Amino acid sequence: MKPARRRLAVLILLCGWAPLAWAQSITERLAPCYSCHGDQGQSFNPDTPSLGAQPSPYLLIQLYMFREKLRNVELMNAAVKGFTDDDLRAFADTLAKLPPPPAATGPADPARLDRGRTLVQQHRCNICHLPDLAGRDNVPRIAGQREDFLVKTMREYKANIRPGYDASMGDVMQPVTDADILDLAYFAARQP
Amino acid sequence: MAAAAGSSTLAPVAPPPLPTAADKLPLDKLKVAQGLKLEVYAAGVPNARTLRLGDKGTVFVSSRVQDKVHALVTKDGKREMKVVASGLHRPNGIALHKGTLYIAELSQISKIDNIEDNLDNPPKPTVILADLPKDEPHGWKYLTVGPDEKLYFQVGAPCNICLPSDRHGRIYRVGIDGKGLEVYAYGIRQIVGMDWHPTLKQLYFSENARDWLSEDIPEDKLNRVTQPGKDHFGYPYCHQGNFTDPELGWGRSCEEFTKPVALVGPHSAALGIKFYTGDGLGNEYRNVLFMARHGSWNRSVKIGGDVVTIRLNDDGTFKSMEPFITGFIQNNNYVGRPVDILPMPDGALLVSDDFNGAVYRVSRK
Ligand code: HEC
Ligand code: HEC
Repeated sequence: MKPARRRLAVLILLCGWAPLAWAQSITERLAPCYSCHGDQGQSFNPDTPSLGAQPSPYLLIQLYMFREKLRNVELMNAAVKGFTDDDLRAFADTLAKLPPPPAATGPADPARLDRGRTLVQQHRCNICHLPDLAGRDNVPRIAGQREDFLVKTMREYKANIRPGYDASMGDVMQPVTDADILDLAYFAARQP
Repeated sequence: MAAAAGSSTLAPVAPPPLPTAADKLPLDKLKVAQGLKLEVYAAGVPNARTLRLGDKGTVFVSSRVQDKVHALVTKDGKREMKVVASGLHRPNGIALHKGTLYIAELSQISKIDNIEDNLDNPPKPTVILADLPKDEPHGWKYLTVGPDEKLYFQVGAPCNICLPSDRHGRIYRVGIDGKGLEVYAYGIRQIVGMDWHPTLKQLYFSENARDWLSEDIPEDKLNRVTQPGKDHFGYPYCHQGNFTDPELGWGRSCEEFTKPVALVGPHSAALGIKFYTGDGLGNEYRNVLFMARHGSWNRSVKIGGDVVTIRLNDDGTFKSMEPFITGFIQNNNYVGRPVDILPMPDGALLVSDDFNGAVYRVSRK
């Protein structure tokens, strides 16, 4: 579609819903997101990532990708359909200010933690995602993220199912085996 | 953002997905060579990458991390932007030839005939070459048309450093109909800029060297093909023409490989190159090679982030390199990143910036 025509379409859409969309505060509009991503972005839902304390630029990129279908996950493409650029910015900024998810608790296998820690150094996860794995800018927080989601998404980078905004993770995952993925996820999910 | 925490700045810098508004562009930061001025040609062009000119004056702009190719049309002095193709995967490479727009995506090349007559209602691109490797790392392409009216593009190495398969790490050439694919050169890591020397008719290209070896070695290169089908530029065995790879270079010698024309800085990310044959910028720029250095990420102190002029000797060897547009790096952060260069019929130079989603115009004051 031509931008002009699309702008018109977006405008019509907005006018249609404006009373509803604009009357709602961002907090109210986050409620449906929390139904999947957990209250305050702390997910208890299998394969669904926590969002709290993700860097705002990373969130903006991913929300934009869902809207433009550059990242194809139907649930999420639907969740942000019709969002304006300003909506995307507002959601990204608000989610970034939520608390980080708590690290996975319970007894941990020290041997697996050691393997995970070594792999993090070996593949320089700590350089891009920062030593505490809290992420910055376009690089996401992986500390305290759900282990099942970390495994799923790393496998998808490796298999080229999730191409990413850029190719960084595709390159990183090449020499990483599936056993390594399990240890990396185990380790990252247990970081505060 | 403040989380850039001092501890490390070594991660790829992502271009923001939403373009910068025209009045927020860093014009006051960008310094251009004496006697010239820089202004905004177009703002709001998401992830503006390769620039190409149609016979009827349309400027085409590709993108790398988005799915669209845009056209910029000038009407009554105003710039209008149109989407000419969408739903593409990493459509970084574009070229125009005899009215046809060619688009190189990550793993295929397609075309739209008579594009400038169909800007408002362009047909879907027709694929002319499919099934190129699908690897994401260095999968995006640069595309150019040679003096022989064939398409030239590269398949980069699918990694930072590895022994690439026999489909990767090469420059290819193929007929304009997508037939007769052949290898034009070997041993390249990644290329995001190619142009033809105006008199020697040789292919010059920028090449980005490997990361994570050291902050100061190896340097990116300016290369040229003098022996089509034979030249090997060294990757992954030899970097910057004189440095064997610490892992893959054992038992190899840099003497086996074609030497670079010039070294253009470690991690500087040399992208678009363009020979300038006009005279609108002044005589001193005639036949100069412009090069956009996107700027480093794999280095604590960023370098590049500028457009330089490279002067060559008559035989095509390197003479000198000087700054032309500077200021994209401020306090070790990007305020913009130059990608490609397009000389216009009036002699002005367009420069794309994928960080801000903008195109600048440089002309005489
Ligand atoms: C029906 C459930 C559902 C709803 C509703 C939903 N999401 Fe999601 N979201 C998911 C799932 C599942 C994923 C993981 C997708 C994948 O597997 O890559 C996801 C991924 C994301 C991501 C990417 C996170 C990352 O680190 O990769 C963001 C950001 C996000 N959602 C934000 C939102 C926002 C904002 C809303 C509300 C407007 C929302 N989601 C509503 C299920 C949902
Ligand atoms: C060169 C920098 C770099 C390195 C090294 C790196 N990453 Fe990443 N990582 C990124 C970027 C950039 C993204 C966002 C990519 C995208 O757009 O999908 C990312 C995304 C991720 C995600 C997705 C998280 C989410 O919420 O969706 C996971 C998981 C991840 N990285 C784990 C790792 C692990 C584990 C390592 C080490 C084995 C690693 N990364 C090394 C840059 C890097």
